[in-house]
Amino acid sequence: MQFLWAFVIGGLICVIGQLMMDLFKLTPAHTMSTLVVVGAVADGFGLYDPLVKFAGAGASVPITSFGSSLVHGALSELQRDGWIGIVTGIFEVTSAGISAAIIFSFLAALLVRPRG
Amino acid sequence: MPASTKNKGAKFSLDTLSNQDYKSIAQKHEPKRSTLKNCAFAFLIGGGICLLGQAIQQGFMAWFDMSVKEAASPTVAVLIIISVILTSIGVYDKIAQIAGAGTAVPVTGFANSMCSAALEHKSEGYVLGVGANMFKLAGSVIVFGTVAAFFVGLVYAILGLQGVHHP
Repeated sequence: MQFLWAFVIGGLICVIGQLMMDLFKLTPAHTMSTLVVVGAVADGFGLYDPLVKFAGAGASVPITSFGSSLVHGALSELQRDGWIGIVTGIFEVTSAGISAAIIFSFLAALLVRPRG
Repeated sequence: MPASTKNKGAKFSLDTLSNQDYKSIAQKHEPKRSTLKNCAFAFLIGGGICLLGQAIQQGFMAWFDMSVKEAASPTVAVLIIISVILTSIGVYDKIAQIAGAGTAVPVTGFANSMCSAALEHKSEGYVLGVGANMFKLAGSVIVFGTVAAFFVGLVYAILGLQGVHHP
């Protein structure tokens, strides 16, 4: 069941992105940025966690979860360390994703000959 | 670019494509695809990527005895590795042409934008090319995500809400 909801919810979030690109003529960069902000705000209202619980990877794989994870990190350190935690905690949860993307992209640039 | 190379034939290769050529090609292809069709492909392929993510996550949970939360980061990392490999061999961009937002919205699209920027600018050197351009597209996502998260955190701090949704 979890697989079905992951597929459906993940697919629907992508459809929202596609509609933003097609109907409002947004560039992919604008679309992604908007979705990240939407994810962050949704998490601020406590709406994103229930979605992840319901749809699993369907909610945690789309870029909206990046915004939600940033808020998660900021809030958990805010709670632990006070005000400074907002700044120190923002990248706590998303570190794996950003680091992996940087490291493997760099390795790819080292190893792969770019094509035309 | 000399005009002669531009008008020589119907064959366009990517590195001789001028802006006008690009626009004329893009316009020729754009109206053919309906929004409905785009959305259907975005749904199927985007959903498929999430399905793959779910399978990887379940795998981590089953084989390494992880909780849902612990499995989230390695799952994202594996998806990113897959995306970088597919980008390197040129497959990801082929899928992206059909899938549109279906490949852009998942975290694999984030990795794809970084990897393809890194590869594209490799010829300018590792520091000024790869290093400086890697975040060219992904940067806006990080900037707006971080600023939004900062303000959400600020609201929580001012209202003293910490711990309401995040025990």
